Amino acid sequence: MKEIVLIKLGEIALKGLNRFSFEDALKKNIKSTLYGLGYFKVSIAQSTIYVTPQSADVDMDEVCDRISRVFGIVSFCRACVCEKSMESIFEKAPDYLEDALATASTFKVEAKRSDKKFPLKSPEICREVGALLLEKFPHLAVDVHNPDVKVIVEVRDFGAYIHAGSIKGAGGIPVGTGGKAAILISGGIDSPVAAYMMAKRGVSLTAIHFASPPYTSERAEDKVQRLLRKVCRYAGPITMITVPFTKIQERIKDECEEELFTIIMRRMMMKISSIIAKKYECSALITGESLGQVASQTISAIACTDDASDMPVFRPLIGMDKEEIVQISRKIDTFDISIEPFEDCCTVFTPKHPRTKPVLKFVRYAEEDAKLYELIDEAVENVKITELRQSH
Amino acid sequence: MTEHYLDNSATTQVSEASAKKAFELMRTNYANPSSLHSMGFAASKELEGARSQVAKALGADVSEIYFTSGGTEANNLAVLGAVNAKKRAGNRIITTAFEHSSVYETMLNLAKEGYDVVFIKPDSSGCINAKEVIDAVDSKTILISIMHTNNETGAINPIREIAVGAKRKNPSVLVHTDAVQAFGKTEVKPSKLFADLLSISGHKIHAPKGVGALYVKKGVRILPRSFGGKQEKKLRTGTEALPLIGAFGVAVSELDIQKNTETVKSLKTYLIDKLSALADITINSPEASTPYILNFSVKGIRSETMLHHLASKGVYVSSGSACSKGGKSHVLSALGFEDNRADSALRVSFSKHNTIEDCDALVCALEDGIENLARR
Repeated sequence: MKEIVLIKLGEIALKGLNRFSFEDALKKNIKSTLYGLGYFKVSIAQSTIYVTPQSADVDMDEVCDRISRVFGIVSFCRACVCEKSMESIFEKAPDYLEDALATASTFKVEAKRSDKKFPLKSPEICREVGALLLEKFPHLAVDVHNPDVKVIVEVRDFGAYIHAGSIKGAGGIPVGTGGKAAILISGGIDSPVAAYMMAKRGVSLTAIHFASPPYTSERAEDKVQRLLRKVCRYAGPITMITVPFTKIQERIKDECEEELFTIIMRRMMMKISSIIAKKYECSALITGESLGQVASQTISAIACTDDASDMPVFRPLIGMDKEEIVQISRKIDTFDISIEPFEDCCTVFTPKHPRTKPVLKFVRYAEEDAKLYELIDEAVENVKITELRQSH
Repeated sequence: MTEHYLDNSATTQVSEASAKKAFELMRTNYANPSSLHSMGFAASKELEGARSQVAKALGADVSEIYFTSGGTEANNLAVLGAVNAKKRAGNRIITTAFEHSSVYETMLNLAKEGYDVVFIKPDSSGCINAKEVIDAVDSKTILISIMHTNNETGAINPIREIAVGAKRKNPSVLVHTDAVQAFGKTEVKPSKLFADLLSISGHKIHAPKGVGALYVKKGVRILPRSFGGKQEKKLRTGTEALPLIGAFGVAVSELDIQKNTETVKSLKTYLIDKLSALADITINSPEASTPYILNFSVKGIRSETMLHHLASKGVYVSSGSACSKGGKSHVLSALGFEDNRADSALRVSFSKHNTIEDCDALVCALEDGIENLARR
């Protein structure tokens, strides 16, 4: 049976004259996410995007699963394609709806007839299709107010479509329409969520990861790659830049006061990230900081860290509770990976009592005394680049 | 003497690629997948690779697959794990009278503990009637466990129809199916069957013995039976049997369901045709049965006698289920067979390696046995 996905656009329909560039980005992102599943025609008509498989044997479950993660989509439906005649609708509806109606007790039929030349009016379509389904599935009863399943028959310009209701999309605006930013990612719970949230606002991502072998392992880096591949399902392909950080961390450990380890380390990360971000044409940094979560995320500490970067720093989780962050990480399927117990660069050399109210002036002195800045160029030059695509 | 192995539902020959994988994972890539170093990392990649092969074959997500030591453990974990997780929700469990012993005896134990276990008998067609199961579902029902394909007669049960009807009546009921004899032989997709839990085994599909898996649908919670260790998300702890799991993954990737089904289907048709020409043979497998299994009785000759006679001619079949080690089959009793018929039942089970010659050798040895063996 021929199937199609009908996609309803979100706030991009309100974008005035820029609307077309938003629509183009969305079409491109849909094609990109379906890569490897076959050939698809992606077209727009009547403010709906039609995704029509052109090859046989397309895994439509997978297609819908992937589309559910594309930003810029409010809702979508997986529908069966019929000819614009009641005979064709009658022939296909029972088979197509069998799975959807299998565990339901009640249903209703809604018809949307945008092609007014179709001989039957919407209420007549509903009545006839409803009667047919009742006859074919005797376990069902009609409930027009609160049905388990809403069967929808849409008669549009190019054909008629039957489906069992629309599925909620990922919301947001299409990735790529909001510029480019670099996410600092360690391997914890927060940074993948921060990445997801900025991608939702249309930002395409580059990822910066700091590795300190042998204090951190190959598995820690692999963990970050797996996290990013999960994020790629929403954000599209991501370039991951791994920065060698061992020398800097050792120098901090040897030369600086223990209470300042964390704050200095974070400032060094910001400095290096700003340089790399510019090289890769990113206009902002993204971090997973949440106010007051740990010592390095107090207002004074954040002020100190912010000073190390000369670009805007987005902190989408700043006002969120850990529980709320965990909820999103479960939704985007990164939680189970995040809690794997591999040491990352943020957890090596953690001081017993990190300073919660560092004073910027003294932190800068400490960095100068330790001659940390001379190590920055070397780190930036020796980065490793990995191109990542979505994993499922 | 040529070997005619027709006992493939007991176990199969391990494929060469599968055995090679096991060897490699014992000799070369032998680290513990939980070890932090790079060798452990390489091992964990093999583990996850095998998981994704199994997941793909089931049309499931990798997070839904838990490796076990085989079908029996998967069945035990599914039934006991589900019952323990849901014991506050009710105490009725529905199963059948012809389950594999790993479900059947688990159910007998639960009945002893006080659960209201309903054993549905197969109807005159030899399969479970969906309506009978659905009628038994009430608001206190927590679990339905019904095998997909029966291991002795090959009967195929209407799992989807049962699951759908049961969930319509009580949406919180969990549905488990033992798909050990179905997986790799016909399309088994838990999402199409509406199953929440589904057991499979490796050694029925040319992987080594000692490995299987349980599918647990996303969002369904069951409790573990073993403790200590974080493997398999704490649902099945203990160091993973990586050589076996890796070999399982390879065997799954080698499956060609359509082609194999055609092969065994033609063998079964051929054999039924030949057997019907012999006197004293009754076919026990129902109409709706897997092409991989043919169960029949030879009037007046005890299963074991005939089995040994066939073996002496190089033909290997089984009497009832190999797991019950020759004990009286509860499966055939559940089908309502009189003792004579049950006592003389033989099970022929095919694999892709079997040929017409195997069938001819069997028929020839049977003829010889019918003529010469003493009747009771």
